[in-house]
Amino acid sequence: MKKTIITVIGKDTVGIIAKVCTYLAENNINILDISQTIVQDYFNMMMIVDMNESPKPFGEVSKELDQIGEEIGVKIKCQHEDIFNKMHRI
Amino acid sequence: MINMFEVNETNKMIEQENLDVRTITMGISLLDCADSDLSEVNRKIYEKITRLAKNLVSTGAEIEMEYGIPIVNKRISITPIALVGAAACKTSEDYVTIAKTLDKAAKEVGVNFIGGYSALVSKGMTESDLLLIKSIPQALATTERVCSSVNVGSTKCGINMDAVKLLGEIVLETAEMTKERDSLGCAKLVVFCNAPDDNPFMAGAFHGVTEAECILNIGVSGPGVVKTALEKVRGENFEVLCETIKKTAFKVTRVGQLVAQEASRRLGIPFGIIDLSLAPTPAIGDSVAGILEEIGLEYAGAPGTTAALALLNDQVKKGGVMASSYVGGLSGAFIPVSEDQGMIDAVQAGALTLEKLEAMTCVCSVGLDMIAIPGDTKASTISGIMADEMAIGMINQKTTAVRLIPVIGKTVGEIVEFGGLLGYAPIMPVNQFSCEAFVNRGGRIPAPIHSFKN
Repeated sequence: MKKTIITVIGKDTVGIIAKVCTYLAENNINILDISQTIVQDYFNMMMIVDMNESPKPFGEVSKELDQIGEEIGVKIKCQHEDIFNKMHRI
Repeated sequence: MINMFEVNETNKMIEQENLDVRTITMGISLLDCADSDLSEVNRKIYEKITRLAKNLVSTGAEIEMEYGIPIVNKRISITPIALVGAAACKTSEDYVTIAKTLDKAAKEVGVNFIGGYSALVSKGMTESDLLLIKSIPQALATTERVCSSVNVGSTKCGINMDAVKLLGEIVLETAEMTKERDSLGCAKLVVFCNAPDDNPFMAGAFHGVTEAECILNIGVSGPGVVKTALEKVRGENFEVLCETIKKTAFKVTRVGQLVAQEASRRLGIPFGIIDLSLAPTPAIGDSVAGILEEIGLEYAGAPGTTAALALLNDQVKKGGVMASSYVGGLSGAFIPVSEDQGMIDAVQAGALTLEKLEAMTCVCSVGLDMIAIPGDTKASTISGIMADEMAIGMINQKTTAVRLIPVIGKTVGEIVEFGGLLGYAPIMPVNQFSCEAFVNRGGRIPAPIHSFKN
């Protein structure tokens, strides 16, 4: 199973997690892990998700999340986990 | 499992420190395109390139999107054209038609450069080699994306001084024919000693005859990442410095390895090599000179520069070699002047001269690269500079190269603007004493004694 990493970074505000999670649920994307912190008012979240059951292709999900990010003033990035595994694990 | 700290570190490298994959270069053999009929050669070349590279750019874009890593360039390298066109080309103009075909194919598949308008003449020139070399000025003036290179020396064969003499003239002629664009043609022409067969970086890329039918070579980069990592160990000793460079190079190269494997799988083309290079761009914070300054020099070119560059180059390789299954190409730190803001600053401050650059090329890849010199420099002087650089490569068993740009109509102190990745450069002074009698001797310099290993 190929996992995807979603990162959300930006100024903290009400409902960021709700917005992102709602979108993921609507598109049948399963959340496997969430970690989140706030550093100096900055919201910082990382999710590990499983997109295999989603009806939408990766590119479309990535684009739509990007748009949601713009609406609520945060930056949302969608990347295959391989890039992180490759860089940080031997 | 991957944690947030690691994810953020990777994304910070990409977003703030200019980590990218510099190029995916598809090497294509054109040996089977040889024919005695010129129009047939052109047809076969166009057909083969557009067929094999059809999905190169879109696949690159897909990988970029899915992994969030920019892949700056998608390029093609081909079999040296002097071999492919030998049976068909009877004049230099015949060769120019092939250059135009390559340009057209590059535009069709959407790559920004195609390298391999080349000849390999380290020991001698065939009729075909000579015709191709003589066609270079016109080929580069009438095409946009074609890059040319000539290998004029090697550790195994010595230096072909007839070719060195001729290429001094060819460089000047290319400059003259592209003088309306600040002699830009010369930015697409490299003269090599010990040219590698699998180099993915332009302008010197070609698909050597030792290579397979079609392969993918990847060039990674990341001077900004190394510099940022070194900022955290300011004042520490050399052991800490070297370890930091090594670890950073490992991480950068792993990204290249991932992109290489993915691209190879999706295109169904075997992976060739990763070129472990620190390739700067004119962007702020993407500078090799910036790393040298971080190591402790006021400017690149200050005393200590050669030593700092030597250790940088060596640590990048040590870190990178373990990160990739196959390493090749040029693999080292690039020190082009016009493509590196820190180098430009160093020249303008008077810290960096042509002679110091020459010394630096002894310990890194590749050579005197993207250096603008006065347009009234004599051909023999350019040949002399080439011969010096080729000698460094021949004796030290490494690749060296020369990409000088004599800017017609401009002189020392003026600035020349090439635009894009090629950047801009202050014109540097050249030693004015003559080497004409030396260059005019003709013939070749014999192979060095350490080449006789049998």
